[in-house]
Amino acid sequence: MIRVALLVAAKDLRIERRSRVLLWQVLPFGVMALVLCGLALGPQHAGHSSAGPGLFYLVMLLVALLMINRSQSIENSPGTKASVATLGLDPAGVFLGKALALMVELWLMGVVLLAGSVLLLHTALGGTLSALPSVLVTLAALAAAGALYGALSGGGQGPATLLPVLSFPAFAPLLIAGERSFSAALHGGSLWQWWLISLVALAAYVGLGILLYGVLEES
Amino acid sequence: MIKQLSQRLLGPVTLILLALTLWLGLWVTPSFKVQGNLARLVYVHPAVAWVAIYVSFGTATIASALYLWRRTRSMLVDRIAHCAMEVSVVFIILTLITGSIWGRPAWGVWWAWDARLTSTAVLGVFALAYLALRRANDDPELRARRSAVLALLAAVNVPIIQFSVQWWKTLHQGATVFSTDHGLKIHGLQAWTLLISFLGFTMLYFWLLRARYRLEVLRDERYRASLEEALVQRRREGVR
Repeated sequence: MIRVALLVAAKDLRIERRSRVLLWQVLPFGVMALVLCGLALGPQHAGHSSAGPGLFYLVMLLVALLMINRSQSIENSPGTKASVATLGLDPAGVFLGKALALMVELWLMGVVLLAGSVLLLHTALGGTLSALPSVLVTLAALAAAGALYGALSGGGQGPATLLPVLSFPAFAPLLIAGERSFSAALHGGSLWQWWLISLVALAAYVGLGILLYGVLEES
Repeated sequence: MIKQLSQRLLGPVTLILLALTLWLGLWVTPSFKVQGNLARLVYVHPAVAWVAIYVSFGTATIASALYLWRRTRSMLVDRIAHCAMEVSVVFIILTLITGSIWGRPAWGVWWAWDARLTSTAVLGVFALAYLALRRANDDPELRARRSAVLALLAAVNVPIIQFSVQWWKTLHQGATVFSTDHGLKIHGLQAWTLLISFLGFTMLYFWLLRARYRLEVLRDERYRASLEEALVQRRREGVR
């Protein structure tokens, strides 16, 4: 299962590196969204607002939706499904691989957008750095949930609004936990409680994905 | 014979129980010490929430799990899951509305970002997403499989709703009926009225589920008939 996961993750990341969609399409979109958030706060409030963590996760959510859709359309591209079926790859491994690739991509985006939030939303550098581990765990949970919900929505084959509609209720607790732990790192508070929720969610989604991904992909 | 009788009695018994709840809850039982007449919502809100979160969503989850298990896989359980989820949406909306009516005078706001309220709303969005997913897939097998997985994923939210009042400091009160040591928190006529309301709303759920299921069967039959008719017409055109 781990071998299949590493193979699938390497394949997805290789496609991403060659196509550069992440770099030239998703990243500019994320930065643009962050700039819009700063503009919405206005020059008076951007430096003093406590909305920074919430806005960061809002932008991450938008970026994640784009990346999940892309990740699933790679899987649904002509020939890929047939190849996976012919090779008899373990669906649990495929799920883990897709989640792993998504996680790496989300981590890269997360680090860039965190730097963006320090620059544009003026979140404190020290607090942002101490929030980094919790952000990485939350994004990993988001990737695991995203891989599962991406398969559920049919990966761009259904209506465009289906993925956001399906994944919003699953992402909401993750985003709340992420935002709270980020806020706690910036302004003080119980960081570990929310960090733990993200960790439990990560374990739960990985477990559920391993169990259920095969059912979704079976023909 | 017994089945037919129970089906015929389901509606009238439900109506009698709900009428009894209304009469006992509004006129017979005494008002509450702290919240006065406002707390009479206890005869509606917890029962509606019980049906929405546990009975209805529970039925949808169990039916979905049965669909995913190969031995019990059938379109019958998929249809039950779908119908139960639709009824669940209605009851979740009713739960949020009755809770809001109670919350406005008690907390001063119609809506608070409280753990229980938020997790219940998330469950409602899950149920709506389930219905959206069903509409997005035309292939019955694929639709049944995907929606069954979503129902199981959504069920994770149910224990979060149940324990939210213990895990987080919330505006929402703790358990209404039982205390933490499983003793009764409500007694006498009030307890009996509460029990009748739970029974009444649970039976209302089964009544609605049965009606919705019959509607779904009729719709499937009509679809099949129209499909056959269309095939016959095409064959005739081919012969001409």
